[in-house]
Amino acid sequence: MLSSTIERRSVTPDRAFLKKPGRLGSGVSARRARWGWLFVAPFAVFLVLFLLTPLVYAFILSLQNKTVATGTHWVGLDNYAKAFTDPLFLEGVWLVVRFSIILIPIQMLVSLGAALLLDSITSRFSKFSRLMIFVPYAVPAVIGALMWGFLYSPSFGPAAEVAGWFGLNAPQLLSPDNIFGSLVNVVTWQWAGYYMIIIYAALQGIDTSIYEAAKIDGANAWQTALRIKIPMISSSLVLILVFALIGTLQFFTEPQILRSMASGSITASYTPNIYAYTLAFSYSQFNYASAISFALGLVVFVGSYIFLHFTRKKSGLNS
Amino acid sequence: MTVLVSTTSPRPEKRRSHASREASRAGGRRVLPHLVLVGLILYFALPFWWLIVASTKDQATLFSGDTSPLWFGKFNLIDNIQLLFTYSNGLYWHWLGNSFLYALTGGIGATVISVLAGYGFAQYRFAGRTPFFALVLGSVMVPATALVIPMFVMFSATHLTNTMWAVILPSMLNPFGVYLMRVYTQDAIPDEMIDAARMDGAGELRIFFRVALPLLRPALVTVLLLSVVGTWNNYFLPLVMFSNPNLFPVTVGLGALQTQAGVNTGGQSLWTIVIVGALVSVIPLIIAFLTLQKYWQGGLSLGSVK
Repeated sequence: MLSSTIERRSVTPDRAFLKKPGRLGSGVSARRARWGWLFVAPFAVFLVLFLLTPLVYAFILSLQNKTVATGTHWVGLDNYAKAFTDPLFLEGVWLVVRFSIILIPIQMLVSLGAALLLDSITSRFSKFSRLMIFVPYAVPAVIGALMWGFLYSPSFGPAAEVAGWFGLNAPQLLSPDNIFGSLVNVVTWQWAGYYMIIIYAALQGIDTSIYEAAKIDGANAWQTALRIKIPMISSSLVLILVFALIGTLQFFTEPQILRSMASGSITASYTPNIYAYTLAFSYSQFNYASAISFALGLVVFVGSYIFLHFTRKKSGLNS
Repeated sequence: MTVLVSTTSPRPEKRRSHASREASRAGGRRVLPHLVLVGLILYFALPFWWLIVASTKDQATLFSGDTSPLWFGKFNLIDNIQLLFTYSNGLYWHWLGNSFLYALTGGIGATVISVLAGYGFAQYRFAGRTPFFALVLGSVMVPATALVIPMFVMFSATHLTNTMWAVILPSMLNPFGVYLMRVYTQDAIPDEMIDAARMDGAGELRIFFRVALPLLRPALVTVLLLSVVGTWNNYFLPLVMFSNPNLFPVTVGLGALQTQAGVNTGGQSLWTIVIVGALVSVIPLIIAFLTLQKYWQGGLSLGSVK
């Protein structure tokens, strides 16, 4: 490799010549461009087939209505007008928005706290803890929701027993009043470890000489964490925030699994995605379901785009 | 490109030797953090503990309330596992096999496509590259679930629903993987190195396989891991695409069984099957993560850009 590098240096003038728009140069760059397209072609095909086409198709479906009597006909934006006046859809949207507002800060606090803690102590035990906190990531959301569903359930779970120790009545964790908090807990348990690992890795990437400098300046552990560590990993935090937001607005699996255990607490329109699923597969209203899917997709896309735009310098997510 | 990927492969603990010496000196002050860690571990382990305990109980003990939900009763694990694997002529084996098949083919496919595209974006200047890459970034933000219903209509029109392709093919699309591979390629492979290989007369494909690919291995493992886990954990897509129980992955299968168990109050054996089934299904990925520790601990940090 070294020899070829030296060789390359010696021919640099020739390469400069090649880059000029000459006969030979344009031939080379055109050939290179073709190779570039060849490398990205398989991805382009999949992107068109499994992302752009369904997206466009969802939009087309959402502009139509289908009835047994009249067949398929165009209705313009009627389905959207219906969606944005449909209390079931609006309640679902309000739920996922509320869910994001409450869940994401809790999740960030748990994962950031755990990461800062693990970053500050080095022992066999902290290594073990890191693994244990991360393990839920390896569990499918379905299984995570199942396990917590059992723990919440009055007939399987330990809630009654634990409450008994303190002389309290068994809490109804699956009741309409408590299901929201119970779901927040499931999702926090599921994802905090993954976010913790990302934050932890970013913390480990910080040059430790900065800490020594801070120490000389008389900063204590808290100040170091708040003034140095957190600002230095802000790009990771922004990225996690965006992923958490995209994930939460699409909320489906956990409430869908808990539905059969908490009948009554989680309705068929609890989140927009559950609503779209019910409309499509229980009522065969594919057109209206597409409008809801598309509207939700648009909200998520615009929301995360705006968020990333305002934090662009931090997130580094740009080309 | 203002992005720098932290190329931290498994971070050596050596750097911390100074800090750890200090830590042991200040041993007394370390009690509180360790107590917090114990609390975190108990919280994160609680569902697993419950699952292990419940898997060992027979149906009567599971429901009777004579034994604590968090402690063992009559040990019936072997019979329960037998019950699971003989349920409906070994349907659970099918589910487990399907999960492996979908996750591995979908994951490997997604990785191959992402590596090729990421390398293409990083190394070649071709017409339309900038808008195309903007499209890639945009598609990271498109929620996958918004595509499931139209995809179902498309697939059922082409008779692809109730075939494994309905889940495998969409799983091969991973825009975030392309983004990671592009950023990593730019960081790990200097243009000079590629130019030098070209001067030596190597063809573009040969350069990719011989020069670039070995250097891209850490990012490749990360994208593979993320894609495999993503497909293994997927629920919405297979739930919509399959109505034939023989095609279900474990996630959809157990979800369906649990609904059935909830409705059918008489058949308590179904609950045992769901519980033991959940336990068995989490074992493969947990083992994979424990054995591949050195890959994911460094690798997942690729997601954190500076």
